[in-house]
Amino acid sequence: MRRRPSWPRKLSDVIVKVLAALSALFGLVFLAWILYVVLRHGASALSWKFLTTLPSPPGVGGGGLANAIIGTAAMTLLACVMGVPVGLMAGVYLAEFGRGNRFATLVRFLVNVMMGIPSIIVGLFVYTIMVRPVGHFSGWAGAVSLALLIMPVVARTTEDMLTLVPNSLRESALALGVPHWRSTVQIMFRAAKAGLLTGVLLAVARVSGETAPLLFTALDSPYWPHSLNGPTGNLTVTIFNYAMSPYPNWQQAAWGASFLITAGVLALTIVSRALAREKK
Amino acid sequence: MNSSSAPQSPPAGQLLVKTSVAPHAAPAPSKTKISVRGLDFFYGDHQALYDNNLEIPAGTVTAIIGPSGCGKSTHIRVFNRIYQLYRDQRASGEVRLDGQNILAPGVDLIELRRRVGMIFQKPTPFPLSVYENLAYGIRLHYKVNRSELDGRVEQALRAAALWDEVKDKLHRSGTALSGGQQQRLCIARAIAVEPEVLLMDEPTSAIDPVATARIEELVNELKQQYTIVIVTHNMQQATRISEFTAFFFEGRIIEFGPTIQLFTNPKERKTEEYITGRFG
Amino acid sequence: MEVTTAGRSRGAAIAEVVAFPGRMMRRRSHTRAQALAETTFHGTALTCAVLVLVSMTAIFVELVRNSRLSLAKFGWGFLTSAAWNPVTSDFGAASSIFGTLVSTAIALLIAVPLSLAIALFLVEMAHPRIARPVGSAIELLAAIPSIIYGMWGLFVLAPYMADHVQPLLQKFFGKLPLFAGPPMGIGMLSAGLVLALMVLPFITAVVRDIFALVPSVMKEAGYGMGATTWEVTRKVTLRHGMRGVLGGVFLGLGRAIGETMAVTFVIGNDHRIAASLFASGNTISSTLANEFTEASQPLYLSALVELGLILFVITFLIQIAAQLWLKHISHRLGTDK
Repeated sequence: MRRRPSWPRKLSDVIVKVLAALSALFGLVFLAWILYVVLRHGASALSWKFLTTLPSPPGVGGGGLANAIIGTAAMTLLACVMGVPVGLMAGVYLAEFGRGNRFATLVRFLVNVMMGIPSIIVGLFVYTIMVRPVGHFSGWAGAVSLALLIMPVVARTTEDMLTLVPNSLRESALALGVPHWRSTVQIMFRAAKAGLLTGVLLAVARVSGETAPLLFTALDSPYWPHSLNGPTGNLTVTIFNYAMSPYPNWQQAAWGASFLITAGVLALTIVSRALAREKK
Repeated sequence: MNSSSAPQSPPAGQLLVKTSVAPHAAPAPSKTKISVRGLDFFYGDHQALYDNNLEIPAGTVTAIIGPSGCGKSTHIRVFNRIYQLYRDQRASGEVRLDGQNILAPGVDLIELRRRVGMIFQKPTPFPLSVYENLAYGIRLHYKVNRSELDGRVEQALRAAALWDEVKDKLHRSGTALSGGQQQRLCIARAIAVEPEVLLMDEPTSAIDPVATARIEELVNELKQQYTIVIVTHNMQQATRISEFTAFFFEGRIIEFGPTIQLFTNPKERKTEEYITGRFG
Repeated sequence: MEVTTAGRSRGAAIAEVVAFPGRMMRRRSHTRAQALAETTFHGTALTCAVLVLVSMTAIFVELVRNSRLSLAKFGWGFLTSAAWNPVTSDFGAASSIFGTLVSTAIALLIAVPLSLAIALFLVEMAHPRIARPVGSAIELLAAIPSIIYGMWGLFVLAPYMADHVQPLLQKFFGKLPLFAGPPMGIGMLSAGLVLALMVLPFITAVVRDIFALVPSVMKEAGYGMGATTWEVTRKVTLRHGMRGVLGGVFLGLGRAIGETMAVTFVIGNDHRIAASLFASGNTISSTLANEFTEASQPLYLSALVELGLILFVITFLIQIAAQLWLKHISHRLGTDK
């Protein structure tokens, strides 16, 4: 038998290895590029005034996005208050009551599907049920649309984390005479604490950067959010409007807002990753 | 002398199983704590226990031995109805605790599980402090003030031979203890709520030999106050700590009797084959 | 059996444990309150699970309801008409659907091979000390909000494409209709590129898990025979994990198709179907984002909602396919719950 020459094999191996490393580098380069751009353009827009004053009219400099910051924070918080408990309990249902149950299988499937529905569709939906009937945009609608995005993510991570808790711990609590609901809330939640928190933080990180759903629900506003009953200023829609505008001061403000959003989201993500790793 | 293949029955009094400790003398007959009549058990369509009949005497240690998968754990899990956590598992027949059938509908499960405690193979401390691990169960079943609670926690830990080791670490997490300590914590937790029966499912198979010896010593002392049923695959352990032994095989109880008698002069051939190591 | 001193005192301790509470602790009675608490708990959990079902159904129902006008006027022709004229009230989804499909296709064409390569790097090649941070960094790409991608795309990538990349492409391939038209920077290609960057971390994460799941004994058998890394990857890892990789592709597909902000900034928002990658176009989501606030007439609005309905249906079908596929392969891999 004739031996195959080994150099072509080694060559192709090296080529592939180089390509693989280059690909990883490619990904890293783009990440760095994006972050750098946001940092450079955004940092120059930031100032104490930026964080504390209202937007100025187009063409006139010196405005800020204080109302948008508050609006984003308020709607995100409200969305958590609405979406996290519902998602948590749905996850509890799937993990504790939904083994081998047809309805649970359907819900589990729908949770996965819901995670994949584009956020713009969710926004459109909330528009049809909360904005159109009353005739005006509102911060409440914005919060609801964000809550609908948070809910399935929290449900999924809750179910995953609770199922990871070893059965023996669950049985141990029950064997002591602990009622089922207490064992779940007081023992299992504690045991899965880190994972549950990670899930919630990641969900919050995701929705705080969302724009599309707010376009249809809270829209945007240059005023202080005295009540959530009307269009509510927020960072993401502001970026959308300002970036597409022809005014340099507005574009500058858009970068400032981008910086804030990116910093917030990345901070949340990194914290939740650190939490997850620490528990391991 | 022809070499016969039939096993020869050993001289009376000689143990077929090597052990370093002299086994207990056959105890006087006492009243029955748990009485099992015609117990069948099913995992879905698969039957795991066939017509089990057993009388567990009060105030003794009864060992349950047999090869893997023969139904030992399944059997004791009926005593506190922990199997009910799983939809497709069911039991039929009669199991009487002090004369009352615990398989009947309408039985208070929480009370049952207080009276019949369970220790698992893998130590299962709750993700709480050592103190809280015990206090949790006590508070669940009793109305106590702080000093009563402190007192009870200390008593239970002393009784489980753990007090000296943890008295300075009561507020450290229960999961930070060593394996043997965790298992004793679980024992303390179980006895803190005044059980009458302690079920132990291979409690030392996940523990190192030194810690195992301490737990066996503990079991020997606990039996003065509780009825203990211990599943073990370690026959030497059975001879060291139990007064009665039940031998299970393929879901049936082949033989039950005083430990010393079962190991020196088994009535059934299967029993003899098992304890001499022919299989399992 | 000899009772040790310690044993005797422990015996006493145990006796105390048994006797002590009988005198002092009072038992709780719990039956009725517990039963109520238990039912409430179960009920709440069940209600929340039902809410999931209700929301999904409500979304579908509302989308259909609000696109009634458009459905009635255009019927199935809506899907094939490339018209989009608010003035004459003639609307059609074809250009949006086209744009959605093309931008997604470009994104996947770029992202999938890249993801495979990156996953290979992370699992097979890199020292763990490098693999961890690099892997985390790639995952950070997923955390960046899409509007940031849009900003970067519009202000940085598009000019770069217009000034450097597109003229270069036109120099070599200008004859092809694929690269015709003025190099404006924004357009299908740029949109596809941005989308590729967005779905890259998701697909990489999935493929990376797949590669890591391949049992090391199989890989060791390959290496032991003197195979190179690439050969082991091709013959063992990829073959073993190919099905799972498809699951990752589905995931990326789902995300790319529904992506709004990043695409809206760089695609040009032009309702036309063109052959060139440099041409501007639109996707369903970009149309929705851009024109929603201008839609004053009921029919216009209804047409937009119908676009949303189409997107919903497409995404739903992809999700179903992905779920079924995942279930199918987890049966074979034996990793199902």
